Amino acid sequence: MKETAPSILIRNGRLIDPANGVDQTADLLVADGKVSQIGRLPAKADIIIDASGKIVSPGLIDLHVHFREPGDEEEETIASGSAAAVAGGFTSVVCMPNTSPPIDNATSVEFVHRMGRQARKTFIYVMGTLTKGRAGEELSEMGLMAQAGAIGFTDDGSGVQNTAVMLRALKYASMFNRVVAQHCQDDSLARGGVMNAGYNATLLGLPGMDPLAEEMMLWRDIQLVKKTKTRYHAQHISTAGSVQLIRQAKQEGLPVTCEVTPHHLLLTEELLKDYDTNYKVNPPLRTLADVEALRRAIQEGLVDALATDHAPHLKSEKELEFLAAPFGIASLECALPLYRKALIDPGVIDWPQLLAMLTYRPARILNISKGTLGVGDRADITIIDPDAEWTIDPNRFFSKSHNCPYAGWTVKGKVLYTIVAGEIRYCAEGYAPCPC
Amino acid sequence: MTQTTKTDFQWRRKHLIGLRELSRKEIEFILDTARGFEEFSTRSIKKAPALRGKVVVNMFFEDSTRTRNSFTLAASRLSADVIEFTKTSSSVNKGETLIDTARNLEAMGVDIVVIRHGAGGAAHLLSRSIKACVINAGDGFHEHPTQALLDAYTIRQIKGTLEGLKIGIVGDIAHSRVARSNIHALTKLGAEVILVGPPTLMPAQVQNLPVQVSYSLDAVIDKLDVINMLRIQFERLGGNLFPTVREYSHFYGLTVERLKKAKPDILVMHPGPLNRGLEIESEVADGPNSVILRQVSNGLAIRMAVLFLVNQAAVLEAKDSLP
Repeated sequence: MKETAPSILIRNGRLIDPANGVDQTADLLVADGKVSQIGRLPAKADIIIDASGKIVSPGLIDLHVHFREPGDEEEETIASGSAAAVAGGFTSVVCMPNTSPPIDNATSVEFVHRMGRQARKTFIYVMGTLTKGRAGEELSEMGLMAQAGAIGFTDDGSGVQNTAVMLRALKYASMFNRVVAQHCQDDSLARGGVMNAGYNATLLGLPGMDPLAEEMMLWRDIQLVKKTKTRYHAQHISTAGSVQLIRQAKQEGLPVTCEVTPHHLLLTEELLKDYDTNYKVNPPLRTLADVEALRRAIQEGLVDALATDHAPHLKSEKELEFLAAPFGIASLECALPLYRKALIDPGVIDWPQLLAMLTYRPARILNISKGTLGVGDRADITIIDPDAEWTIDPNRFFSKSHNCPYAGWTVKGKVLYTIVAGEIRYCAEGYAPCPC
Repeated sequence: MTQTTKTDFQWRRKHLIGLRELSRKEIEFILDTARGFEEFSTRSIKKAPALRGKVVVNMFFEDSTRTRNSFTLAASRLSADVIEFTKTSSSVNKGETLIDTARNLEAMGVDIVVIRHGAGGAAHLLSRSIKACVINAGDGFHEHPTQALLDAYTIRQIKGTLEGLKIGIVGDIAHSRVARSNIHALTKLGAEVILVGPPTLMPAQVQNLPVQVSYSLDAVIDKLDVINMLRIQFERLGGNLFPTVREYSHFYGLTVERLKKAKPDILVMHPGPLNRGLEIESEVADGPNSVILRQVSNGLAIRMAVLFLVNQAAVLEAKDSLP
């Protein structure tokens, strides 16, 4: 019996390692959980994968997922979410702390890590809350959570409304060198809203969320970052106005980063015309002008990371009246082809630029040494067939929830293998050899 | 074989969710059909057999007196059996979902569901989930199609046509399903609609609707042929949309004094219930220009027409699906 993991030789793939500026055809050997050799290599390994015509990328990193454990395990568990993550090509994900109870103490952080280790699929990271109970009033035990391994802090699901509390949170968090992330939304402008405020909300008779709700809080936070210099990450920005604020902040050299989701790059508020709750997300789907602004921002390099905001919900919850249904789209398993559709097909960016936003750039936000594929790096690898066509069928998701508006879409780009720490943790159907 | 009247138009919709999706022709067809039902109220035996053997359920998740009774009476005049279903809260609060509730009712053999609900889109959700016909009796601040139809009917009945009329809708447009349905119906029938109220009560991007907007009732009242005073819906207002009732009343209340500036034959309408002394003075509400009670009477004919037509569409659909 072998004590170490079998070695894997990935032959003849298009090796794209944006962090190191690599885009070349090469063989790559994985041994002892690490990248051991790159180049033209002899065909000697326990497992040999022919990657001709395929992309070999550093493992994808999603810094914004909801795995619902603890509290809502019927929607998703860390185990089911992890299985969904590797099926989507993600080797590391960051769980948001808006569970019930919220992750606002060290014990909860440890619990998430333990469940992640047990699932043994993808690397599980977790952010702790900024405030106790996500109530926005008192700071949570950020120091103890940081010691327990929390990778950053956020009250995601809602923004911290009280400016004084947010200022203190940024100041306090600065001593742990962790990123502070924010779901930018001013409740006084957005409360009760279920879609973008605008003409479509007027026609549908649904309460709207003003784009200003996002922009006001983002603007406020940027002013606070000017004062504190704490690393700050704006989650799922969705409006043209937010893009403008991020541009200014970056021009001023502030430590501000941002992410964009696939749905805000592909879908608009027009799709809500039939009250299909699969399109109910927070922040809401915006207008075509906003989608175009986000795509342009990506082209300009203003967007640091792409994130799914994978938010699983039961069918029975989504089958409610539009006002009552929960927000969220489950998209981990189809994110990569959606990014291709939104960004590569229309010529916004190319594969190396796309993979940069899914690998080393999120790693840099999180301050972890991942997302690169140099010799000696940990072997987190995603092998992608960029042109394979397939039809999205949420019923085949590993995720426990199927709330996905992309059902029935034919897309291009398929994850064939996901290798985590040198082990094949996922391979697409029909892609043997696979020992997993 | 039953005899059918030959027309060039066949009603094909088994649901009435809103007026936005209806064509002018369809709206006119409903109004024409209602005309046939109007004289029912004057008969000694106020019954027709059109819905005999059919079951209509009134699913009202929000309080309503006028609309509910109007639908009940309309259905029973067409000889349907009527189930009254009341739940004042949203379905989720009690554990059973709206769809489950409707499916249960459907399992009892319901043919037509009349639904009022606090959530925009609830009627739409139902129509996608069950086989029975669905009639929207008001959903959130989305649409209230039968109210707008009876408004249009009343105007046409008195003025002969809506073509070229100037119609003011005054008050809380943002939270009013009546206003939305009215805008769709009246403009499709050729009227010019002017929305009147403070900017805080106007919906987002109102300029995209085929309407004019005025913040001053005094500036437009002399141009109007019809004025539709909406109820100030205190239960819907989040607060702070205008400073005080007194100030609102001062600028937008329809008083005897203000009405003097209007055309002498202006029609004063109101979907009810009235806040007397707030958006409308009692003397105006009960005065010679008021057609408020006529609206209520006409509501019955409109609802009979709608029940009749959706049922007919369902019957046609069933016939079409036969092998």
